[in-house]
Amino acid sequence: MATETTHETKPGVEPGAAEQTRSGNWYRPNVDIIEKQDELLILADMPGLGVDLIDIRFEDGTLTIHGRVPPRQADGVRYLAREYGLGDFYRTFRVSEEIDASRISAEYRHGVLTLHMPKAEAAKPRTITVKAS
Amino acid sequence: MTGRRFSHSHPLGQLRTEVERLLGDFSRQTPLANWVPGAQYPAVNIWESDHDVFVEAEVPGVKESDLEILVVGDDLTIKGKRADAPDDTSFHRRERGAGAFSRVVRLPIEVDADKVEASLREGVLEIRLAKAAAVRPRKIQVKAH
Repeated sequence: MATETTHETKPGVEPGAAEQTRSGNWYRPNVDIIEKQDELLILADMPGLGVDLIDIRFEDGTLTIHGRVPPRQADGVRYLAREYGLGDFYRTFRVSEEIDASRISAEYRHGVLTLHMPKAEAAKPRTITVKAS
Repeated sequence: MTGRRFSHSHPLGQLRTEVERLLGDFSRQTPLANWVPGAQYPAVNIWESDHDVFVEAEVPGVKESDLEILVVGDDLTIKGKRADAPDDTSFHRRERGAGAFSRVVRLPIEVDADKVEASLREGVLEIRLAKAAAVRPRKIQVKAH
């Protein structure tokens, strides 16, 4: 927690807000950010997608995740209750240089996107052995 | 856990649905982000066709084997759990809920409890319930003499 290596860019002012989807809605997925010894993990709840519908970009230290959620019900369907809306998922994070951006990888399962962000060599904890002379 | 529950055809239930619709992504985040006892998780969308009622819920990270769906009378129960992280996990940010949830949804239309199908795909649960014969639209054949 002492060295927070990911933080969000301007909360509430997502650069993608202007980039509207067909329905005009987009949602900020809930995320967990977990620090492990040699990597940071981002878990994002993004149900209803497929690998070909997820775009992950890393540019100028900003990580952007975007899920293009396809409609699941036909237009004009008769809703009896509607407690949530559908739209794209979008969120950006600022990533410090302590991450090796070239080795970021991602997987998608059960509607959860997992991003592995390996720490750069310099940021990994290291045990220095004192050699006896 | 369900506490007070407004039927969807009840004016207060409709008002709540409307308010949540207006709040848009704020309301969408609330259920999972808080995951407090008494919160209505998962949120549902319900629609109908001539013969079926469909209930959809987003339950990312929940496996088929951890879901339980029950229909008793007009009450549909969706129960499940999402695995919790180990105690020593170092979180920089924690917005995703974990643990057990249970919600009872009062169905607005009578269904046949023997004809219920559920599928879970990429965190989206869809339950299809056949309407009871009595409420299904029926085509009346006019007989020619």
